[in-house]
Amino acid sequence: MFEIFGIPAAALFGQLLLGLINGSFYALLSLGLAVIFGLLNIINFTHGAQYMMGAFVAWMLLTYLGIDYWWALIIVPVVVGAFGVVIERLMISRLYHLDHLYGLLLTFGLALIIQGLFRNQYGVSGLPYSIPSQLQGGTNLGFMFLPNYRAWVVVASVVVCFGTWFAIEKTRLGAYLRAATENPTMVGAFGINVPRLVTLTYGFGVGLAALAGVLAAPIYSVNPNMGADLIIVVFAVVVIGGMGSILGAIVTGFGLGIIEGFTRVFYPEASAVVIFVIMAIVLMIKPQGLFGRAV
Amino acid sequence: MSFSRPRHTADLGIPRLHLAIFAGLLAFFAIAPFFLYPVFLMKVMCFALFACAFNLLLGYGGLLSFGHAAFFGAASYVSAHAAKQWGLSPELCVLLGTAASAVLGLAIGSLAIRRQGIYFAMVTLAFAQMVYFISLQAPFTGGEDGIQAVPRNMLFGLFDISSDSAFYVFVFVIVFAGLFLIYRIIHSPFGQVLKAIRENEPRSVSLGYEVNRYKLAIFVMSATLAGTAGATKALVFQLASLTDVHWAMSGEVVLMSLLGGMHTVFGPILGAAIIVTMQNYFAGLGAWVTVLQGTIFVIAVMLFREGIIGVLGKLTRKQL
Repeated sequence: MFEIFGIPAAALFGQLLLGLINGSFYALLSLGLAVIFGLLNIINFTHGAQYMMGAFVAWMLLTYLGIDYWWALIIVPVVVGAFGVVIERLMISRLYHLDHLYGLLLTFGLALIIQGLFRNQYGVSGLPYSIPSQLQGGTNLGFMFLPNYRAWVVVASVVVCFGTWFAIEKTRLGAYLRAATENPTMVGAFGINVPRLVTLTYGFGVGLAALAGVLAAPIYSVNPNMGADLIIVVFAVVVIGGMGSILGAIVTGFGLGIIEGFTRVFYPEASAVVIFVIMAIVLMIKPQGLFGRAV
Repeated sequence: MSFSRPRHTADLGIPRLHLAIFAGLLAFFAIAPFFLYPVFLMKVMCFALFACAFNLLLGYGGLLSFGHAAFFGAASYVSAHAAKQWGLSPELCVLLGTAASAVLGLAIGSLAIRRQGIYFAMVTLAFAQMVYFISLQAPFTGGEDGIQAVPRNMLFGLFDISSDSAFYVFVFVIVFAGLFLIYRIIHSPFGQVLKAIRENEPRSVSLGYEVNRYKLAIFVMSATLAGTAGATKALVFQLASLTDVHWAMSGEVVLMSLLGGMHTVFGPILGAAIIVTMQNYFAGLGAWVTVLQGTIFVIAVMLFREGIIGVLGKLTRKQL
């Protein structure tokens, strides 16, 4: 086995892969946040809880109804996204005329409720969700062993991220969305139902979080707190990337995941804080974020 | 909005109503230990100070920090460490904890004020999480166990105040000094400039105020006083633990402010009292307490954003 910088290559690539996996989740979650923020101007604090719900709904589908992973990939985002739509209609839509802080506080309260309910029902110990049979095992690449499921997660999230970017930047619907972000009144005057667009966007962003939850379920144990600590890292990712940018969310998400992986190899004690350190540095040099527009 | 000056008492420059409320609070907390559990009351007082310190930033500076647990918790670790390992007397422990959170507040604040609104909230939250991880890993914090069995040493190295009832007096003095200081900050010319910045930042800039300097100043003051609360709390419970630095604590203090009324002086005190009481008496319900807190959050945001004291103030048309 050869070594790189005195670290066994297998360990290095292993951590790199782990970083890439974490990066996939950072990218998917910060992408959802960015999409929601773009149109609603609300920081969706419930995002972590919705990610957790995604994992739990997948687990419930399998346990109670025998519906497998592949169906869950489709059903879960729709179900949790619909839940998001209800929340947007009932609560968030009543706050648009107020300071954005109230949206943050409302979604924070909702996150507490959701997490508390799941904790009451399922405890905190975590439930197993096995890898679907088609993706079990792994491939030996010569320099490292690549578990198939992990490769799938990275590929799936790259595809979803690219698809979302494409839909927003290159399609007509995306053009409406971007226009509605700039000037909702004008877009409404052109006969587009802006409130419905807003609602569906929220549902879509929530669906992205839920999808991330399904992807995460076989890797991490499914437990009520899985979103709570992750969401704060994702917030840091968002601050670093710059909230206005879809591309920023994706690139920063993957990049920071990898940096975190490297840190775990060379200086493990710092791996939990490295993202926050980077955030501090970015705030000093470029407060609007790496990809953000100056406000 | 009336422009007539409120009637002041001659010496302190405080409206009679506020003076009466302060007197009422003082009287209540002076008598209360005779019929309520002193440790519970001390907890209420510490959190009241914490909430008021936090609200100094949110209600008067218009800055929502979602990371105030960092200051509260860091101070409680420093204070507990000073008492246990260095054997310092309680007043020095509290001072040291307060100073530590002032330094931390300066460091975090000077970075956080580069962003506004919800970004500011996210940045403070992220830095607080960094403090949390450091608290989890640093050698002197005891990791998951925290710092336990913190001694209550001799006050000024002379007086034994280790009993709950004697320690109560110590906490009482610190908390009310803190609350009074916050009151003075809010009603000083500095506080008026802050309100101007909160209401209309561009106008304040064009009036020639160095807005960022004011924001940083209030951030540091708020962090410092939150630290005082945390340092005192560590000595009350003889424990500094990860709960104090966790982001759930940051959320709790936001809830206290919101529930009591964030544009009021006395709201956070009531908010803190309600939340602490709720936690104390519903502790057996486990995670339902979280659900309840979340529900209160949602109701407060949807239905009464002025908070309890804010609504009362509107009804009585008094500034509270």
